[in-house]
Amino acid sequence: MSRHSFLKSTVRGFAQAVSKALQSEHATTQKGLLQQLDPRVRVIGVFALVVSVILCRRLEAIAAIFLIAIALAVASRVRLGLLAKRVWLVVLGFSGVIALPALFLTPGEPLFTAPALHLSISMQGVRTAAFLILRVETAATLTTVLVLSTAWTHILKALRSLHLPAEVVTMLAMTHRYLFLLIETANQMFESRQSRAVGIVSGSAQRKMTARTAGVLLSKSIELSHEVYLAMLSRGFRGEVRLLTDFRLRPRDYVALTAFVFTSCMAAWIGR
Amino acid sequence: MPSTFAVQDISFSYEAIPAIRGLTLCIEEGDRVALLGANGSGKSTLLRILDALYFPSAGSVTFKGDALTHEHLQQEEFSLSFRRRVALVFQNPDVQLFNPTVFDEVAYGPLQMQWSKEDVVRRVDETLSFMSISHLRERPPYRLSGGEKKRVALASVLVLNPDVLLLDEPTATLDPKSQSQVVDLIQQWKGTAKTVITATHQLEIVEDIADRVFVLEAGTVMAEGSPSEILSNSDLLLRANLIHAHRHSHGGVMHSHPHSHGHSQHEHER
Repeated sequence: MSRHSFLKSTVRGFAQAVSKALQSEHATTQKGLLQQLDPRVRVIGVFALVVSVILCRRLEAIAAIFLIAIALAVASRVRLGLLAKRVWLVVLGFSGVIALPALFLTPGEPLFTAPALHLSISMQGVRTAAFLILRVETAATLTTVLVLSTAWTHILKALRSLHLPAEVVTMLAMTHRYLFLLIETANQMFESRQSRAVGIVSGSAQRKMTARTAGVLLSKSIELSHEVYLAMLSRGFRGEVRLLTDFRLRPRDYVALTAFVFTSCMAAWIGR
Repeated sequence: MPSTFAVQDISFSYEAIPAIRGLTLCIEEGDRVALLGANGSGKSTLLRILDALYFPSAGSVTFKGDALTHEHLQQEEFSLSFRRRVALVFQNPDVQLFNPTVFDEVAYGPLQMQWSKEDVVRRVDETLSFMSISHLRERPPYRLSGGEKKRVALASVLVLNPDVLLLDEPTATLDPKSQSQVVDLIQQWKGTAKTVITATHQLEIVEDIADRVFVLEAGTVMAEGSPSEILSNSDLLLRANLIHAHRHSHGGVMHSHPHSHGHSQHEHER
C-alpha cells in the first residue's frame, strides 16, 4: 500500500465490509444442507461441535471435527475461498501470534535449535501451538458456517426459543443493526474527508486524522444506535424476536440433531 | 370524550440542557396539526414525548385519558394498544429501517402486534401497493435512495393503520416530487378521524397539511392559530426564526424585508 493511499484504502475497506455483509445474506438463501434444517437444530448442532472441540485433548480428534466443519461448509454451499480469506488466514494470524511463544517456551525434546540465538523448538511446543491454532480455527469455521448459512434474524429467534434471555438477544440484535449504521457513517465521513483533501498528505497525518475520526464516529454511532432502539420501541418492540416464518421440527431435523449430538459426544470421548 | 393528547405544563431536559419548558397543549381527534419551529425549538422532542419514547421530568401527558408514563407503558396490553394506535415517522429514515428487506421492514410492526401471519402478509402487500413501492419488496432498505427510504419508513408505520400519525420533518431532504407525494398523502386524511401531527419548519407546506398550528420556540408554545393567522404574522415568524430579513438592492437602493424560502413571490415598492 502506498503511503499516500491510506485514506483511500480505508474508504475501500468500508465499502468492502458492506459488500461482504451482502454476500453473507446471499449465502443464507442458498439451498444447502444447513439451510434446509430448522435454525434451532443448526444452532444446537454447531454449539455441540464447538463444545466438543473445547473438550478434546487429542489433535487428531480436533482435526476430524475441522474436516466435518469443511464438509458442512461445502454441503451448505459456503465457498471455501471465502472461509479461507475471512476465517482461516485471519485466525492463523491472531492465534499464531499468541501461540508463537509456546514453540520456544514449552520444555521438552528439542526438534530444532538455532545455535546463534540459543533458541530451540520442542516437540511439545509444536503440539501446544498446533492445539491452540487448530482449536480456534475449527471453532471459528463452525460458527462462520452457521452465520453464513442462517439469516441473522433466524439465529436470534433460535437463541430466544432456546431460552437465551430477551436482554441478551436484544443486545445482539442491536449490535447487528448498529454495525451497518457504523459502516455507512464511517464511509460517509471518510469520503467527506477525502473530498476536501488537497495535495499530498503524509501517511502519519492521515493516520492521526483516522484516529480522530474514529473518536467522532464512536459518539455518532452511540447516538444513532439509541435512535434505532427508539424506532424499534415505537413500532412495538418488547424484547421478543417475531418473524413470519414459524420454526417447525421435521423428521430430517431430528435425524440431523441426533447426528450432531452423536458426533460431538464421540469426538469428545475419543479425544479425551 | 377525552382529548387525543392533553399535554399539561411538561418539561424535559437532555442531561443539563432543557429542551421543553412548561409546555401545554391539547390535540383532539381528527386534528391536523403542524408544530412549527426553528431547529432546536423542541419539535422532535415533543413528538417523542407524544409517542411515549421520552417521559417528561415534570407535568403530565395523557392519550385518550390514559396517562403516558413509563410504568403504564410497561404493561403489555396498554403498550401494544398504544403502539398500534400511535405511530411516529422519524426525521432520519435510516434509523427506522433496520430489517434485511423492505418487506421485512414493513412487516416488523404487525409482527410485534402479534397479528396472524396471513393478516401480516396481506396488510404488507396492500401497503406496499398503496405506497407504490411493491417493486422494492426484496431490496435491502439501506441500499435505497433518500426518497425511497422515506416512503418505506412511512409504509412501515401506515401498515398498522394508526389513529395518530406523528411526522418529524416528513419532507426534509426530499426532492420536489417526493415532497408533493408526502403532502398529498397527508391531505388524503383531511376530514377523517385520523389525527396527524407534523413537525416542520417548511412554511410552504403548512396550509396543505394542517388546520391548526403551534409555533414552538425554546421548548414552549409561542403562539397557536390557524395556518393563515400564523403565516400572515411576519413579526411572530421573525421572532420564531422561521423567516429572516432579506437584504438586497433594486436600482442601487438597498432595502430589507421579511423573507421565507417558501414564498417565492413578493412585491416591491419602487
